[in-house]
Amino acid sequence: MQSKPNITEFNTETLDLINRIINRYPEGRQKSALLPVLHIAQAENSGWLSSETMNYVASLLDIQPIEVYEVASFYSMFNLQPVGNCVIEVCHTGPCWLNGADEILAHFESRLGIKVGETTPDGKFTIKTVECLAACGNAPVIQVGTEYHEKLTTQKADELLSKWQSENKISHTNPYL
Amino acid sequence: MAKQILLKNIEVPGLASFGVYRQLGGYSAVEKALANYTPDQVTNEVTRSGLRGRGGAGFPAGMKWGFIDKKTENPRYFVCNFDESEPGTFKDRHIGQLNPHQLIEGMILGSYALGAKTSYIYIRGELFYVLRIIEKAIDEAYKNGFLGNNILGSGFSLDLYCQPGAGAYICGEETALLESLEGKRGNPRIKPPFPAVVGLYGCPTVVNNVETIAALPWIINNGGEAYAEIGIGNSKGTKLISACGHINKPGVYEIELGLPVEEFIYSDQYCGGIRNGNKLKAVVAGGSSVPILPANLILKTAAGETRFMSYESLSEGGFQTGTMLGSGGFIVMDETACIVKNLLTFAKFYHHESCGQCSPCREGTGWMEKILHRIESGHGTMKDIDLLVDISKHIEGNTICPLGDAAAWPVASAIRHFREEFEEHVKLQKCPF
Ligand SMILES: Cc1cc2nc3c(=O)[nH]c(=O)nc-3n(C[C@H](O)[C@H](O)[C@H](O)COP(=O)(O)O)c2cc1C
Ligand code: SF4
Ligand code: FES
Repeated sequence: MQSKPNITEFNTETLDLINRIINRYPEGRQKSALLPVLHIAQAENSGWLSSETMNYVASLLDIQPIEVYEVASFYSMFNLQPVGNCVIEVCHTGPCWLNGADEILAHFESRLGIKVGETTPDGKFTIKTVECLAACGNAPVIQVGTEYHEKLTTQKADELLSKWQSENKISHTNPYL
Repeated sequence: MAKQILLKNIEVPGLASFGVYRQLGGYSAVEKALANYTPDQVTNEVTRSGLRGRGGAGFPAGMKWGFIDKKTENPRYFVCNFDESEPGTFKDRHIGQLNPHQLIEGMILGSYALGAKTSYIYIRGELFYVLRIIEKAIDEAYKNGFLGNNILGSGFSLDLYCQPGAGAYICGEETALLESLEGKRGNPRIKPPFPAVVGLYGCPTVVNNVETIAALPWIINNGGEAYAEIGIGNSKGTKLISACGHINKPGVYEIELGLPVEEFIYSDQYCGGIRNGNKLKAVVAGGSSVPILPANLILKTAAGETRFMSYESLSEGGFQTGTMLGSGGFIVMDETACIVKNLLTFAKFYHHESCGQCSPCREGTGWMEKILHRIESGHGTMKDIDLLVDISKHIEGNTICPLGDAAAWPVASAIRHFREEFEEHVKLQKCPF
């Protein structure tokens, strides 16, 4: 398993981006920037939010750490545990299920030799299930970082997997960039 | 061909860019409104159009705008609900991805009518790639003088921003959305007060759905009356229907409200019929939250009348034999679909998405999931079926927000119309499909 990063400082480019976001809200309402900033922080911290990273976010927004924890734990896109480099999120809600999501999920599990929620021993892949991704017309659908892959077949899944294997895919990149 | 208001130019290459949108007449409604209309006149056109909210509840947009207190010294906010997470619904993504300027133009019109100087588009976090498309379009609108200070020399100024969520269906509920926009957990607020009185940062706020807002430029360009001439009864205008499941042509379609359901399912212009020549079994007509109907009741009402795609016709027969137009998420199932398994995926969804504030919803959704899992995997009893109905009744109407109802209705309706299928699971001690 990979080491567990703990970013407690952003570079100037990221800080500039965060300041621009804070300026979108009225004076004193900088807490509104919390979700966008957590997305950025998670991407910079290898795909998960450590308490150190969350404390740093709290200091940036001048709010209490508990205000960050309670939000980070509420939203399903935030990971409070380390994840693999490439997180494969398989939609398994009704419309995707009607069009074969179970088969796609089982295929990823058998190809990677792990179950939902697990990470491969080399730290490269994590499989998660997610709820409806608002792309049901092209079911089954998976999400990897900010990419959607739609109308998935087991063959397409294999193609994607080999591509990700060979390029050492990292799914957590700063979503604003 | 049905009137195209929202998707008319959707296939034009480059539509997402300012230049192409503008060339096709884009932003003329903003020019018209800022030059010729007072904010109240814009509201009046919207009221006259009969446009109803497209997010699911169908509340008249003009009336909602009318609730805003315009005498207050406080800022007012106009917020776009782009949380689109109701299973089966994927229409707003279609607009945001392919025609972001139409949404921005609508945001400018609504903000002008309401006197909002800062407005936000709240988009579900999974759709970050769409957020980037919208932010790019917003930049272009600023550069071309349609956002920012003193737009077109009118004296009206507006800042528009796009805000991501982070994976929580409940943030589509408008008060949860406002909490989330304030950087908090998405816990729905107790209403009243309604957002029109106490909304974002405690200020008067209107929240509208993407599709509602995208219809505004056409209404201003053509007049509210012209819009009201389209449609049927109190279902005015056009509606986007996102069709999925076991049909030949899944996709997003713009229909004139009042189209017969049968034509929508079987005509080549729309869904193109059931895949593999199979038989239609059931339809969830308006997103996962609305009651499921078997083939006979979705095509015709219990009284034998043709069923139309409209707010009134789909709800004909009430909860016993009708359903709702909802968000327009149209999920079609053929004879190979297991109603119990489909319902189990919905139950999982609602359990996962309950914010946990009210015990009937928090606990009840979990129990329903567990029992459905038991039945689907062949370990259920006949009593379990009645237990499900009982739990759903205890959730319905006993919660802070309508997510509780939304979780209860699919269960109650599936058992009402497909009880034999649940019983078969119990008798066979396995899923018959
Ligand atoms: C649980 C729940 C989820 C909702 N999700 C959405 C959504 O994703 N998008 C949306 O526009 N409205 C959603 N709504 C409806 C909103 O609360 C609100 O009625 C709507 O945004 C108002 O806009 P409209 O009048 O233009 O439809 C949801 C409501 C509930 C109770
Ligand atoms: S009904 Fe459910 S989602 Fe709505 S406020 Fe109560 S617990 Fe939260
Ligand atoms: S159910 Fe998978 S995208 Fe909607």
